[in-house]
Amino acid sequence: MTETTLSAPAKPAKKSARPGTLALLLNNSLATGGLIVLALICLIALAAPILPLPDPDVTAPADRLKPIFSEDHLLGTDHLGRDLLSRLIWGSRVSLAVGLSATVIAAFFGSLLGLVAGYAGGRTDTIIMRGIDMVMAFPYILLALAIVAVLGPGLLNALYAIALVNIPFFARNIRGITLGLSRREFVDAARLSGKSPPQILFLEILPNVLPVIVITMSTTVGWMILETAGLSFLGLGAQPPQADLGSMLGEGRKILFTAPHVSIIPGLMIFALVMSINLFGDGVRDILDPRLRAGSLTRPVSRTAVERNKADIPAPSEKQGVLDVRQMRTEFQIGSSVYKAVGGVDLNLQQGECLGVVGESGSGKSVTAMSIMGLVPTPPGRIAGGAAYLEGEDLFAASDRRIRDLRGGSVAYVFQDPLSTLHPLFTVGAQLTEAITTHQPMSRAKARDKAIDLLSLVRIPNARERLDAYPHELSGGMRQRVCIAMALANDAKVLIADEPTTALDVTVQSQILTLMNGLRRERNAAILFITHDFGVVSAICDRVAVMYAGRIVETGTTDEVLNSPQHPYTAKLIECVPVLGEPERRLDAIEGRPPVVNNLPAGCAFADRCPHVQPACRQGEISLDMSSGTRGVRCLFPLTSGASA
Amino acid sequence: MSEMSQNKASQEALLTIEAVERIFGGERKLFGGHNPAVHAVQGLSLDVKKGETLGVVGESGCGKSTLARLVVGLDLPTSGTITFAGEDLTALARKDRNALARKVQYVFQDPVASLNPRKTIRTILEAPLKHLTDLNADGREQRLAELLQAVNLAPEFLERYPHEFSGGQAQRIGIARALAAGPELIVLDEPVSALDVSVQAQVLNLLDKLKDDFGLTYIFISHDLSVVESVSDRVAVMYFGRMAELGPAKEIFRHPLHPYTDLLMRSAPAPGRHDLMSEDASAELPDPYSPPAGCAFAARCGHKTEKCLAAKPAPDEAVSGAKHFAACYHPLGQA
Repeated sequence: MTETTLSAPAKPAKKSARPGTLALLLNNSLATGGLIVLALICLIALAAPILPLPDPDVTAPADRLKPIFSEDHLLGTDHLGRDLLSRLIWGSRVSLAVGLSATVIAAFFGSLLGLVAGYAGGRTDTIIMRGIDMVMAFPYILLALAIVAVLGPGLLNALYAIALVNIPFFARNIRGITLGLSRREFVDAARLSGKSPPQILFLEILPNVLPVIVITMSTTVGWMILETAGLSFLGLGAQPPQADLGSMLGEGRKILFTAPHVSIIPGLMIFALVMSINLFGDGVRDILDPRLRAGSLTRPVSRTAVERNKADIPAPSEKQGVLDVRQMRTEFQIGSSVYKAVGGVDLNLQQGECLGVVGESGSGKSVTAMSIMGLVPTPPGRIAGGAAYLEGEDLFAASDRRIRDLRGGSVAYVFQDPLSTLHPLFTVGAQLTEAITTHQPMSRAKARDKAIDLLSLVRIPNARERLDAYPHELSGGMRQRVCIAMALANDAKVLIADEPTTALDVTVQSQILTLMNGLRRERNAAILFITHDFGVVSAICDRVAVMYAGRIVETGTTDEVLNSPQHPYTAKLIECVPVLGEPERRLDAIEGRPPVVNNLPAGCAFADRCPHVQPACRQGEISLDMSSGTRGVRCLFPLTSGASA
Repeated sequence: MSEMSQNKASQEALLTIEAVERIFGGERKLFGGHNPAVHAVQGLSLDVKKGETLGVVGESGCGKSTLARLVVGLDLPTSGTITFAGEDLTALARKDRNALARKVQYVFQDPVASLNPRKTIRTILEAPLKHLTDLNADGREQRLAELLQAVNLAPEFLERYPHEFSGGQAQRIGIARALAAGPELIVLDEPVSALDVSVQAQVLNLLDKLKDDFGLTYIFISHDLSVVESVSDRVAVMYFGRMAELGPAKEIFRHPLHPYTDLLMRSAPAPGRHDLMSEDASAELPDPYSPPAGCAFAARCGHKTEKCLAAKPAPDEAVSGAKHFAACYHPLGQA
């Protein structure tokens, strides 16, 4: 399915944010082709009784083996003089019906077994699944043959045999999904709501499994039709004179050399039918599978697209510094709406400095961090304006090759979840040495020594032995230390840490923060520290920038911002956090929700939630007013120190 | 908490947990021997008084979520007893799960994952009313409206699907579901840790209000000490499946007895706090498959002696006042 054209969505018929299911399917040209062919075959097969066709079973020995395009017989006749066109259409009808019903039967029983096994677990699961394994241990065609041999040849018995043979396929698939779902919290919640196990299984879990069943069905129908044809070909399915595609093929086999059209025609039909079903089935799967739907189908791009107005690239600020981000804007195009995740952010990082970027989820702080090195996925993301200068070099104008060198070299990232950042199948040592040798060619032994040094640098005890550990053998704190070691492997000038301690326990968090703080002083590296926690900011950051709806609303040194916030949002945000040692403090919640970034209001984005809002706040752009070199606020009526929000 | 709830709290124990133990694994293998076993919760005893909020603090893997699941009957203890208002809760969970669900309810950590993505909010909230109460259709409709009002949600949300809600709204729905059948005790398992700070404050305030309105008792589980401090009357600190310290919130936070509690408090970042207490990197949890013979915290403790390594301290080894206990041979502030 490489021919998908999802990256260039056609104009959606409705003005919806996301393209609809049908639109997505029609975008996939192969699937659409499959659907058209399939619909055509089905229509003709369904219309067989009303079409002006001769009786498919009437023999006429005088007319035997007429070639195609002969008079009265468009596709010729077979060895008994029966009209091939008529037999083909009636045969397709039979094949389709048998394939579909076998799929439905297999799906029903297989899913039922899978659901029960996955939900019950334990002994029930073992018994059911070992039974399924036994069915799978036989080659399918042998098993089908055995079943037909016992039941006697005939179309219906072939149908049963094929359905039975395919039950394991469904059962295993569905069991896996059910197993995952039945450990989910909503199932526990249903139990606590008083639902009985059957109610949970069929009312809570089944609706979530249904798409998978449909996907599995759509990809197996073609296979089932082939198997039916196979059995009929062997003479165990449809019995003469009834026509089905397999038996037609079987009859044509004997006269393959004298009258090839008798076997080629049903063969082509089987090909067209199965191919169209498979193409269509793949399309359906791509659409129903939430992961694929979320855009994974589009080819991954190694770098965020940059689409900025060439005339309008801001120059670096006078302060220069290691990293200088100017008016950066990052947007996401989803369907027909544009989400302005980052709307003109200025950041400046001096050597050895730690700048905290604080904000709630959705404020654009992570996208800011990812945009700098072009790590925002394209599509749907793109950098729509601004510039990021690393020691004077415009990163958005650099070549892909250059960016690859800088990533993990001069600029390194530390992410929130170390377990998903580290590769589970490689040892910590292998991953560390890889990070080193990618940027600094050196011998394996030397890289290994360097890796040991790095692990000791991040205070991992027994560094030499830990090198051979797999990520899952380490605790969360140790894993995050490894990630930090990887980030430091090539003497990074800028470390971008995106919530590096959020997933950790408090005692571990304080260890990691102390470590990072020590390292930046030792190595004189600048840190861009993304977090939502003002406590963490206090512990490590020199300066802080508060983000709201994709923009910086306040910036200054940590003490200034925390002790005398000027933007009402900052003040509110600080106030609503409970502080250890002050249990009596009333938590002052911010009512309402942040605006959605595809529809930002004019003026201040916080106006709707602000207690001091004035009519002027809702008109026109509000600029970030810098009162000193470091202190700035994007507010028309900033709070004066002492007054509370 | 208000004065009134303090008074109520001193009355009777609503929930009593005695010497509860939960072991995972340890089954017989097919060819002899046993699978390795983990003691998720061990020798845990505590009681929850009617009308109070008991905070449970601890780091990941300390057994606090296992404790929560035991209390609501989603899991059964390997040994020990849990009594709710004089009734054996474990037996009740086996015999009549719905009877237990009418009295004890649960609020999940991840608000969105705890709502079935393919059900409308109406279906989700109606389930406990249908199965746990004997309200008729009109009664249910009325109760739904009350519930939504109690958690500050607009009635039109009933017809929507979970993915249309923000974390805070979804957690309100989770709370409404827990309230639906009129329980006496609600176990809140990290109810705000998946939420943004501004939303966290909204939910905490809401929980506080609901407690007063409906006369509820809470077990509030969290890893965030400042949140626990702001909501709890009493606090239990857990470490490695055991109780480390138990006492009134004020005393625990002002004068911790157990060095672990002290470490937790000094590690917690707070706005305006520049120096974080930080241990050595070798400070790790003990291996759960081969737990140490003595105090589990000894390896990380600055006060440890031979005694700590030899035998486990009893949960009430150190006592301060009438209600403050710690499992420590060398409690802080008491030489």
